[in-house]
Amino acid sequence: MFSLEGITTATQDWLLIKFNPTIALAIECVIVILLSISLFALLGLVLVLMERKVAARIQIRLGPNRVGPGGIFQTAADTLKLIMKEGLTPDTADKFLFNLAPFIVMMVAMLLLAPIAFAKNFQIWDINIGVLYISAISSLSVIGILMAGWASNNKYSLLGAMRSGAQIVSYELSAGFAVLTIVVLTGSLQISEIVAAQQNGWWLFKGHIPVIIAFVLYIIAVTAETNRAPFDLAEAESELTAGFHTEYSGMKFALFSLAEYINIFIVCAIGATLFLGGWMPLHIGHWEGFNHIMDYIPSSIWFMGKTFFLIFLIMWFRWTFPRLRVDQLLNLEWKYLLPISLFNLLLVTIIAIMGWHF
Amino acid sequence: MYNQTEIIKDTTELGPEGELVVNMGPQHPATHGVLHLVVTLNGETIKKIEPHLGYIHRSIEKMCESLTYRQFIYVTSRMDYLSSHINNTACALLVEKGMQIEVPERAQYVRTILNELTRIASHELWIGAMAMDLGAFTPFFYAFREREMITEIMEDTCGARLTMNYIVPGGLMYDIHPTFQNKVKAFIKQFKEKVVEYEDLVTNNVIFQSRTKGVGILSAEDAISFGCTGPVARASGVNCDIRKIAPYDVYAKVEFDEVIETAGDSFARYMVRIKEMNQSIRIIEQLIDTIPEGDFVGKTKNVLKLPKGEFYQRVETARGEFGVYIVSEGGTTPHRIKFRSPGFSNLSALSHMAEGSKIGDLMATMGTLDLVIPDIDR
Amino acid sequence: MFLKDYISDVYNGVSSLLKGMRKTGYYFTHPKEIITEQYPDNRATLKLADRFKGEVIMPHDENNEHACTGCTACEIACPNGTIKVVTKSEVNAEGKKKKAVDALVYRLELCTMCNLCVVACPSDAIKMAPNFEHSVFDRTKLTKILNKPGSKIREGIE
Repeated sequence: MFSLEGITTATQDWLLIKFNPTIALAIECVIVILLSISLFALLGLVLVLMERKVAARIQIRLGPNRVGPGGIFQTAADTLKLIMKEGLTPDTADKFLFNLAPFIVMMVAMLLLAPIAFAKNFQIWDINIGVLYISAISSLSVIGILMAGWASNNKYSLLGAMRSGAQIVSYELSAGFAVLTIVVLTGSLQISEIVAAQQNGWWLFKGHIPVIIAFVLYIIAVTAETNRAPFDLAEAESELTAGFHTEYSGMKFALFSLAEYINIFIVCAIGATLFLGGWMPLHIGHWEGFNHIMDYIPSSIWFMGKTFFLIFLIMWFRWTFPRLRVDQLLNLEWKYLLPISLFNLLLVTIIAIMGWHF
Repeated sequence: MYNQTEIIKDTTELGPEGELVVNMGPQHPATHGVLHLVVTLNGETIKKIEPHLGYIHRSIEKMCESLTYRQFIYVTSRMDYLSSHINNTACALLVEKGMQIEVPERAQYVRTILNELTRIASHELWIGAMAMDLGAFTPFFYAFREREMITEIMEDTCGARLTMNYIVPGGLMYDIHPTFQNKVKAFIKQFKEKVVEYEDLVTNNVIFQSRTKGVGILSAEDAISFGCTGPVARASGVNCDIRKIAPYDVYAKVEFDEVIETAGDSFARYMVRIKEMNQSIRIIEQLIDTIPEGDFVGKTKNVLKLPKGEFYQRVETARGEFGVYIVSEGGTTPHRIKFRSPGFSNLSALSHMAEGSKIGDLMATMGTLDLVIPDIDR
Repeated sequence: MFLKDYISDVYNGVSSLLKGMRKTGYYFTHPKEIITEQYPDNRATLKLADRFKGEVIMPHDENNEHACTGCTACEIACPNGTIKVVTKSEVNAEGKKKKAVDALVYRLELCTMCNLCVVACPSDAIKMAPNFEHSVFDRTKLTKILNKPGSKIREGIE
């Protein structure tokens, strides 16, 4: 059965036999870069198509169905069009920052890929402060957005960027607290250990109601962090036309929208890792037979399945809810999410200390 | 009043106190057309709104002066294109009143039913557009599904989906389609099933409620002094339903309630329209089975000539009071014609309503005003 | 008391959101509700209303005869100058001179489909047809002559 397990070790062993360690490391780096870039391209194509299809089904439409069977090449055709389009830079824009911004947003998204465990033993960098690293890097994306908004020299862009700044900075908090609940339960910041701790059941099921609340808070917070509806104030089509990327066109615009989708993928992957056991199959207590059957499904499929479930959930939000107003957005964070997550963290800590979880 | 350089200057420089001046429109997703709002912002807070009009001015009033009394009716469909039937009715009623043409009862019944169907169609579209302004895209498609049934009924009977030109002085252009009654009944059935969907999706949604409640408040006094009519004024507690005040066609014979809300905010305006749709259904239900047999058009002369004098007729469109004022010199064409369109006065209240609120509130307020730009600009 | 309000706020808010999600979820899982019309793939089965006002046509019978007398009532009724009737004088079988239509010029690009010409026509020579695919690459193609070449007026229509 195909699985990504073992491929990494096999490749490394082979490289170490053929080359000396330094060259082997360099080759590994190149392979990782190529893989992550192609993953980016693929994810961009798949997620945009998925969003359009999900939106269409919810809105009783068919969605793209002209390019290729069922429209599966629609996004590829769109990308081709965007590549051929001229990337305009406004006359009065700050040209350096304007052109730099999309790359910063992309870079942040790429950096976040490092500690994610895609399958058993398939991880770019199993850093021992994985969760902390993710929290730290993901807050950097606001710099790219602010840069885009400021450098465009457009008032809509500026307003959108300022909203985005306020929003990402506030929602970092409750996302961080939601992540902390799992850290408290696991006692480790390392992604692989968090996954390993869910060997006998996912945290969502093991951790009683507080973890479920933390999960809900996490989903809400990351929806806001990735600027998705109902928190898409930074783009707010009907208010600010397109928010911070109003002035962008062609490939630079494509990079922004690609980064948005990659960010969704990453936050959902992290959510799946923390709450739904990452690549860990569904294990229930001591049901040996059931657990054994579940182990037959490759770990990469488990991981992708959980991640795409969460992505679907976020898309479902987007196509159901109206947008919040900017002050309500901050109200929601500071008056509802933050107190609840603080209280929730306290509960989880008590549970962890008393060992009440399964 | 504003020359071109002034407008450009507004957008590139900050205001005297460092405010942002943002041009919303003429190309903007939320203005639903070519409305141009010069919005002065202090951060996210709105300090001043100035609507600039004229982007879609077609001088319809002047145009009508060269058209005969049969011809000028079709132009009025191009003003408030979402309630074109009602506009046409107003013009036909005026000519009938001026020339004392007797309209057969059948025509009156059909006109009333079609007017109410138009009102529902307009409100359906409005729900979709309003939800879209607030960032929810999906209700738009659900609302259009129901609206599609109405446009199909219109297509069957009038031959067009939007600008029907089905009403002529003296009655109707031709008789209703044989399937008309059945289709209307089928529509009523589906509408009653589906209207509850908006409750789940929009009305009861906590985000929608917090976006609209207490937003864009218009008091009854202000509503009157700005000349607001229709659902906008009724949401502020002003009795202004022309169907009740000055009944035309068979509105005097049917039972329906004038929907009044007192809060005057965006949510009240939303509720007025939702309830009005139900009242429209009620009117149609009373009439649809009792359409009398007979002629569909009264006896008219071949060439219509209004007697010398001034004539005014008002009707209740989906947006408010629509008035036609004609000065006749006794010829075959109007000497002077003036339309009182509801959108224009409703828009004038926007600045008053949205000042001091956030940009997001402006969308909620403007959405509930239900502006149709060709109606404002004519 | 404050806490109770707070909790009920959160509960009501979340439950209202879940209700909305249930509705959209229902449509997501029920593809039979999809209402998309796959035009132009469904051209063969596309059925327009029989009264649909797409363009003005002049029906001709099998003998290439129409009912237009060239009375210009349609031209007078038209608000936009869409129709122009060009007449000629013909000598009929009895040797009498008679006015007849030479060309009924119809400018589709000006037409608003208001149906006034059809109502005005005393001999029902023109009517509205449910054709709506009018796009052409050359604007002059929108100016049509409605009477077919060589056609003449049907017997007995005055």
